[in-house]
Amino acid sequence: MKRRTALAAVAVAAALGLTACGGGSDPLASDSPTASAGGGSGSGGAIVVGGANFSESTLLAEIYAGALKAKGIDATTKTNIGAREVYLRALQDNSVQVFPEYTGALALFYDKSYSGTDADEVYAHVKEVLPKDLTVLDKSAAEDNDSINVTKETAQKYSLTKVSDLAKVAGDLTLAAPPEFKQRPQGVPGLEKTYGITFKSFRPLTGQAIIQALANGQADAANIFSTDPAIAANGFVTLEDDKKLFGSQNIVPLVRADRADEVKDALNAVSAKLTTEAIAGMLKQTDIDKKDPKTVAQEFLASNGLG
Amino acid sequence: MIGSILAWFTDPAHWSGEDGVPHRLFQHLWYTGATLLVAALVAIPLGLWIGHTGRARWLVSAANAVRAVPTLGLLLAASLWLGPHLQGDLAYVVPSIGVLAILAVPPLLAGTYAGIEAVDPAARDAAKGVGMSGRQVLWQVEVPNALPLVMSGVRSATLQVVATATIAAYPGLGGLGRFIIDGQAYGEYRTAAAGALLVAALAVALEGLLALVQRRVVSPGLRGAVGGSRNDDDADPAEMDPAAEPVDVRAHA
Repeated sequence: MKRRTALAAVAVAAALGLTACGGGSDPLASDSPTASAGGGSGSGGAIVVGGANFSESTLLAEIYAGALKAKGIDATTKTNIGAREVYLRALQDNSVQVFPEYTGALALFYDKSYSGTDADEVYAHVKEVLPKDLTVLDKSAAEDNDSINVTKETAQKYSLTKVSDLAKVAGDLTLAAPPEFKQRPQGVPGLEKTYGITFKSFRPLTGQAIIQALANGQADAANIFSTDPAIAANGFVTLEDDKKLFGSQNIVPLVRADRADEVKDALNAVSAKLTTEAIAGMLKQTDIDKKDPKTVAQEFLASNGLG
Repeated sequence: MIGSILAWFTDPAHWSGEDGVPHRLFQHLWYTGATLLVAALVAIPLGLWIGHTGRARWLVSAANAVRAVPTLGLLLAASLWLGPHLQGDLAYVVPSIGVLAILAVPPLLAGTYAGIEAVDPAARDAAKGVGMSGRQVLWQVEVPNALPLVMSGVRSATLQVVATATIAAYPGLGGLGRFIIDGQAYGEYRTAAAGALLVAALAVALEGLLALVQRRVVSPGLRGAVGGSRNDDDADPAEMDPAAEPVDVRAHA
């Protein structure tokens, strides 16, 4: 009898747990971000600048928010939201209004078969494929791309300089990358299609753990952002993307179309000043010297007459 | 929503290969089993010794206090610390099994110790009286009498470990936690929900299995509802382990 009561209690609890997330917005309703209707009213209220789950995105969010505030626009940040698959939905349901993005990744996200690599072409294509409630402002010269890195020893052992050199040895190697890299068109599937590279195994890790895995030998190759100061700090060798799988990845503000006019001037001014070197320098301060991204962002804005 | 999760389960793509349910389930069971083995090797002999000799009881409270350590934080710290010293998968397996074992030791230790401690002193005396050695008293009287509580410790430890082994996916290992973490990373919440359901189902299944095992290994004389239960001051099973079913510990010499 007692056991039967316990089982019934478990069943009730499970049913409650399942229905509890049924009310309000249903996170399971749409698995495809483009299918999301995008509720929420349009304009009005403070601007929320979102950031993805890596330090450069946090830094860029702080820079955007700082530039907006300097123009008297009420702006806050909401960083560490997650990966693209997650945060684009946050933009569409209007919980954030501005997001630092990358042209190539954005183009591929909305057009899985896109293969353009020229920076201006990619930018133009992004404007075409974005859902109509989103738009991009001016792209910056700063670029941050996915990059495949190996240790100096591995590079020497297999004489690797470009990604295509991996084709003949990848069968013995382990690749470390964020979990979403396994599904993305320019991730594992792209490496297979464009380069014919299939790694022996895939180790899903995030952030600093990727660097650690490569440095400690738990992975032989790793996908690290090209502006990451850890590449130089650890003496990793970045393999040249000779078949241009990763394309052009200029940093660009992705904004909700109904708020674009408000934020355009401030953010275009930022994009005009951003360079790859500036980003790399700032990331060294946040990631290696452990300075607060907000402080680093303020210094950048002040020294460029934006803050 | 339930429909989309059902669709996930019925998609054959989710049932084969490295990312398939069977492989992930196997990994999950592997981590759980290895963890319980490690924890049992530490906790059960220690519990027998503490219960039998009555010495170092503070170890049981100390082990219980360790339950408060945040497992995920400890796992990340341990992976960072051990990473440079271990090769390949070991760099993730050792910290994962280690932090999970920390979760499993307290219920095992408490169950074993309480089980031995709760054995009727009269039974123990009688055993000594017929000339049994300390070792014989332990193995032939105390351990069989303690089994219901030891088993409840095993069940509680298993439940805790199987539910927490999802964290092994955090430092890049497999197991059912992969569905939860990858589902989040891909923005596919039904994958995460499916992973959570699988963990829950596995926990319930293991609990049922262990209940059957307990039925098999515990002496029939210790089951049943006849007679009064002993209420020893410091050996109340509910006090030692809140997750344990109230078990009637009656001693028969």
